[in-house]
Order: sequence, then structure tokens, then C-alpha cells
Amino acid sequence: MIAHALTWRRERRVLPGFGLSLGISLTFVSLILLLPLTSLVGQLSQLSWSQYWFLITDPRLLASYGVTLFGAAVAAIFNAAFGLLMAWVLVRYEFPGKRLVDALMDLPFALPTAVAGITLATLYSSNGWIGRLLEPLGISISYTWIGIALAMAFTSIPFVVRTVQPVLEDLPAEVDEAAMTLGASDSLAFRRVILPYLWPALVTGTGLAFVRSLGEFGAVIFIAGGKPYETEITSLMIFVKLQEYDYAGASAVASIVLATSLALLLAINLWQGRFIKRLHGGRG
Amino acid sequence: MIRIGDAPRVRRLLIGAALVLTALFLLLPLVAIFAQALMNGIDVYWQNLSDAYTLSAIGLTLLVAVITVPVNLVFGVFLAWLVTRFDFPGRRLLQTLIDIPFAVSPVVAGLVYLLLYGRNGWLGGWLDAHDIQIMFAWPGIVLVTLFVTCPFVARELIPLMQAQGSREEEAAVTLGASGWTIFRRVTLPNIRHALLYGVILTNARAVGEFGAVSVVAGAIRGETNTLPLQVEQLYQDYNTVGAFTSASLLALLALMTLAAKAVLEWRATRRETAT
Repeated sequence: MIAHALTWRRERRVLPGFGLSLGISLTFVSLILLLPLTSLVGQLSQLSWSQYWFLITDPRLLASYGVTLFGAAVAAIFNAAFGLLMAWVLVRYEFPGKRLVDALMDLPFALPTAVAGITLATLYSSNGWIGRLLEPLGISISYTWIGIALAMAFTSIPFVVRTVQPVLEDLPAEVDEAAMTLGASDSLAFRRVILPYLWPALVTGTGLAFVRSLGEFGAVIFIAGGKPYETEITSLMIFVKLQEYDYAGASAVASIVLATSLALLLAINLWQGRFIKRLHGGRG
Repeated sequence: MIRIGDAPRVRRLLIGAALVLTALFLLLPLVAIFAQALMNGIDVYWQNLSDAYTLSAIGLTLLVAVITVPVNLVFGVFLAWLVTRFDFPGRRLLQTLIDIPFAVSPVVAGLVYLLLYGRNGWLGGWLDAHDIQIMFAWPGIVLVTLFVTCPFVARELIPLMQAQGSREEEAAVTLGASGWTIFRRVTLPNIRHALLYGVILTNARAVGEFGAVSVVAGAIRGETNTLPLQVEQLYQDYNTVGAFTSASLLALLALMTLAAKAVLEWRATRRETAT
């Protein structure tokens, strides 16, 4: 501890730019991040607790919490499975077009959400390329929870793939060999040996995908249609309230969204931190 | 050597499933964007592109990117330098604060700016009195875009600069180099790929941001429409081909982003294997 403190004293003295970088960073963080966020607190402080409670428990809003949570949960579960499959295939196998498939995994982060939104809405509408095939089967995706989950799943595809991939790459080959020479079948060896190793990365990636899906707006609204009580997501409710100039209502909902995502992100970070500590024998 | 899942049957099944799902979920939407945009032929495509409102949306989008990318580049470098080269109370908190834009729904980001600079906001009265328009004008769009994209450069640089440590820079100091020289000659060559990737990500998000921008832009055609807002408006007007024409520009940019990332990663691995 003392040695540590001494090193940073030394470093601080040795390298230039502490004052300048501290000044620029704090100014930027205060002006761009903190000041606007304080205005949310300011707006909320004008409400009494009963007013606040009334605003955040409006039945239409409660329905939107359900729609959003459910859609995000389905999207996260889909991505856990799809991401695990893609990470496995991209790390373990060679096949033509592999680099292209690898590059495509990042498409949802590179493609603007509004573009993803109108494209998915068009593809899955009743006369779209995919919607047309599903309609005779009695499956409609546009304007249903399936469409919401689908759009959320699309925008969060990279999270699981990109967190599991590097961990799988670092997995020593002896692990495989040991499991296989013991006579375990593929699926047993995967479940008992590989999966526990990937578990922390898989949970982190799935958690991040879930948080992202909760806040997703642009990709979802087009395919969801926004029917009150049915396909209205919570971020759309904020938008609707703003268009009605209901700033107090919008702020109350925003505080719920903000608190939920920050709490989840903190939980993911703590969980990940615990795992990293365990890996490095408590020195993390 | 025996490895799990190496049997030909398993291998074929998993690769097949991966390819089919990738084609369905990622490739098909990408193809659909261009197919829809070119549905009525290339002439209509050019005509849609040269529409006055679309051109003004392209201009505004470029303006936003030209301001936000350099500002966040400078901020990201200084922040990364600060948190990886110095230890000080509140360092962890600062790093957590920077992650907020990633956690927040973009609509909430737009809302907090509206609360601050809007007509009824804290600064709204003062701004009104001085005839300064921030909300429903380009400065508001630039500000929310700065908010939404500020973590990208720092996020790319911090883990790398942490791993590299500060020994080389300390050596440069003892040789009498100035701060700027150390950064340019020692730090920058080590971080340039990560820095470039951070800039590419910042740019992609700055150009494509929708939720936050749509709250503060007010959707005034030909004035405050960025390309993503233009895409939405044309789509709501049932001008599907027009909407996908604007969308195709954004999709092209996304493809360039992916290509740039692939090249940077390829170079990084080549450097690793070379050393």
C-alpha cells in the first residue's frame, strides 16, 4: 500500500500534464454530463412524493415496463444462445467467408438504429420479404411483442459474441484434451468443462445486451407501432410525454429508466470485478 | 490433438446454423436496405438523393460529425492520459461517470438537455433574453451528440494505455522531453490504432444517433433534420424508397466502418506476430 502510494507520487511528479488533463476532463464531464443530469434532479425536486408516485404508476406506463422488460429478456436470451454459437464457430472452425461473418457481427453497432428500425419493419411487415412467408402460418411480427424482441435482439447482437470470443480464444487446448481423453462426450465436455469457463463472459455479455435492449428506441419504434398497453416501450412513453409538453411526467419516467440501467450496469461491473479478482488470485 | 466439437458432423451442423442465422439476421437486412433504395431504378435513386431536404440533412449530419469527433478526440485523449498516468482520489468515479452515456437510453439523454436549455429550462430564460437558440437548432444537436459519443475514444484508449504502462514516457521525461513531444513521439505511436478505432466509432455514432437527436431537433425539414431524422420522416410519410435512399448512405458508412475495423485489427495482429 505504502509502496503503491509512493509510486503514484513519483509518477505524478515525473509525467507532465496532470493539471491540464484534470482541468479539461473535469470541465468536459461537468458541462456535458453532470450539468444536464442535474437538471433532471432539479425538475424532479419540484414534485412531491405522491405526485411522483402517481406519475410513475400510471397504468399505461406500468404496461410499458412489462413490454420493455419482457422484450429485453427475450432478446437477451436469444443473444446468449446466438452469441455463444457465433463465438464458438468463429474461434474453433475454419470455413470460407469466416472473416466476412466475423466483420458482420459488428453491423448492429455500426448501423444507425433508425435504419435498422425501418429495415426490420419493412422486412417483417405482412408484404415484406420475411413477413410474407410467415403470414400464411398465422405469425405476425410487426406490431407485436415478437417484433419488439426481434429489434432489441438485432441491436444488441455484438455484446455476447464480442465478450465470449476473446475468452474462448484464450482457453488452453489442454482443457479440451483432458476432457476428451477422460471419455466425455462432446455435449458433456462442453457443459462441464467449457461452459463454466465461459460463464462469466457469457453472463456479462448477456447482461449488457439486456441493459442496451431496455433503453433501445430507434430500432424498436417502427416495428412496434406503439399501441398503448400493448406495444409501447418505456422510452417511447418519455417521447410521447415530451410531445405533450408533460416535462414532469417525462422526467419521472426518465428517472426510473436511468436508475434501472445504472443499477444493472453497476451490478454487472461488480460481478465482473469479483470474477476477475478470482482469476488473478485476489490481486485484481 | 483431439478437441471438443471436432467431429465432422458436429462441425457441419454448427457452421451451417451459424451461417443461416447470420444470413437471416444480419445479411438480409443489409441487402434489403439497398434493394429498397434501388427498387424504382437508379434514376429515381439519384433523384431522391439530390432532393433539397436530403441534401440539407447530409450537410447538417456532416457539420455535427465535424464538430463532435475532434472535440471528443481531444477530450478522450486527455481523460485517458489522466486516468492511466496519474492516481488521484476520484479516479474510479470519473471512469464510472464516463460510462453513463452507454447506460442511458438516448431519449433520456435528449430529455436532460431539453430540461437544461429548453424554453422552460434552467438556462432557457437567459438564452431567450440573449436570443440564443440551442434547442430545436443545430447547437442542441451537437451537444446531445457530444454527450452520447463522449465515452468511445476514452474507452478504446484506457485499457491499452493501462496495459502499456508509463515506463517509456518516464524515460522520455528523464531525457528532458516536453509534454507535447512525449505525447507525439512516445505515446501516440503506441496508441494510434486504438485512437483511430475510437474516432471511427465516435464518427459512426455521431452520424447515426437518432433517439437523443430526435428529442432536441424538433424535426424542422431542411433545417434541423439530420440524416437519421430524415430517414424517419420520409418513412412516416410513406415514402419508403426515399427513406431507404437516405438509409443506404448511412448503411454505406456502416460498411466502411466495419471495413476500417477489420483492417485495423488485421494490422494489429500482424504487428503482434511480427514482434
